[in-house]
Amino acid sequence: MASVNRALGLVLLSLAALLSVMAAQAESIEIRQFDNPVTEQRYQSLTASLRCPKCQNQAIDDSDSPIAGDMRDRVYLLLQDGRSDREVLDFMVERFGDYVLYNPRLEGRTMLLWGLPAGLLLVGGLFMILLVRSRRKASVKALSDEERARLDALTKREKIS
Amino acid sequence: MKRRLLLAIPLIVFVVFGVFLYQGLGMNPFDRESALKTKKFPEFTLPALEDPERQLSNADLEGEVTLVNVWGEWCPTCKQEMPQLLALANQGVRLVGVDYKDTRTKGLQFLDEFGNPFEFNVFDADGSLGFDLGVYGAPETFLIDAQGVIRYHHTGYIKPEDVRDTILPEVEKWRQ
Repeated sequence: MASVNRALGLVLLSLAALLSVMAAQAESIEIRQFDNPVTEQRYQSLTASLRCPKCQNQAIDDSDSPIAGDMRDRVYLLLQDGRSDREVLDFMVERFGDYVLYNPRLEGRTMLLWGLPAGLLLVGGLFMILLVRSRRKASVKALSDEERARLDALTKREKIS
Repeated sequence: MKRRLLLAIPLIVFVVFGVFLYQGLGMNPFDRESALKTKKFPEFTLPALEDPERQLSNADLEGEVTLVNVWGEWCPTCKQEMPQLLALANQGVRLVGVDYKDTRTKGLQFLDEFGNPFEFNVFDADGSLGFDLGVYGAPETFLIDAQGVIRYHHTGYIKPEDVRDTILPEVEKWRQ
């Protein structure tokens, strides 16, 4: 009877240990209350499009860095406060700079960034058109008498052999 | 000849691109300009680390060129940086500390152990001032002029040679 009691005690003890570990894990997961699903959706997309300033390339919703946690808290509070997405992003840029924007804004300084791909595509397309045109022009040029004679000689020779 | 040059275009483009990208490899990604440079030091009202009753605000910073150093007891680099900060204080630079995300006991202990070059320390327990300063790690150092405008920003460790090469010249520049 005593051994059964001991075994039961051990089971209970390990169960308690397991529960405390699970509780500690649950603590590290942030639970946020949203009054409507739209705000929750906005929170998700904002935290996915803001870049963690401490990390090389990670969004704040994906980073365990303390500053990323602070930024998520702030995004949540600003949304609860009724601020627009634009205002939330402005708030972060004011403090951490353009670095935190995964979608750089279209403005004077970012013209090159946005314009370069389109520009390169345009230049490449133009180059292709010019190339094709020049090839086409070359192909319609008639053979000179001399060239025709050489061609005839070559084709005849081929036929004989 | 003209055709030859045309053929070289891809090579030239490749080399230019290669040089551009190679330079990027050597860059320090944390060496970014603070978004607050040329802006006013953010508004704050926080207690002093040394005295919970004493409330500090922007007015306490202004009036003189001041170096504001964001530190914390939990930050190992801050400990290595203290000799440089003490040297700056000895050279007559006014330093103010921001004890960032720390507890009062640990913060005071830190100053006891590593020296206190600061005229006073702002106690920013929850990191709200740090957040407004765009601080994402410690140490970070901001130089503000007498009007309270941020003029220079140093992210991370201040090396002994940085004191002479960058910090002191910047202080001199904004004192005039």
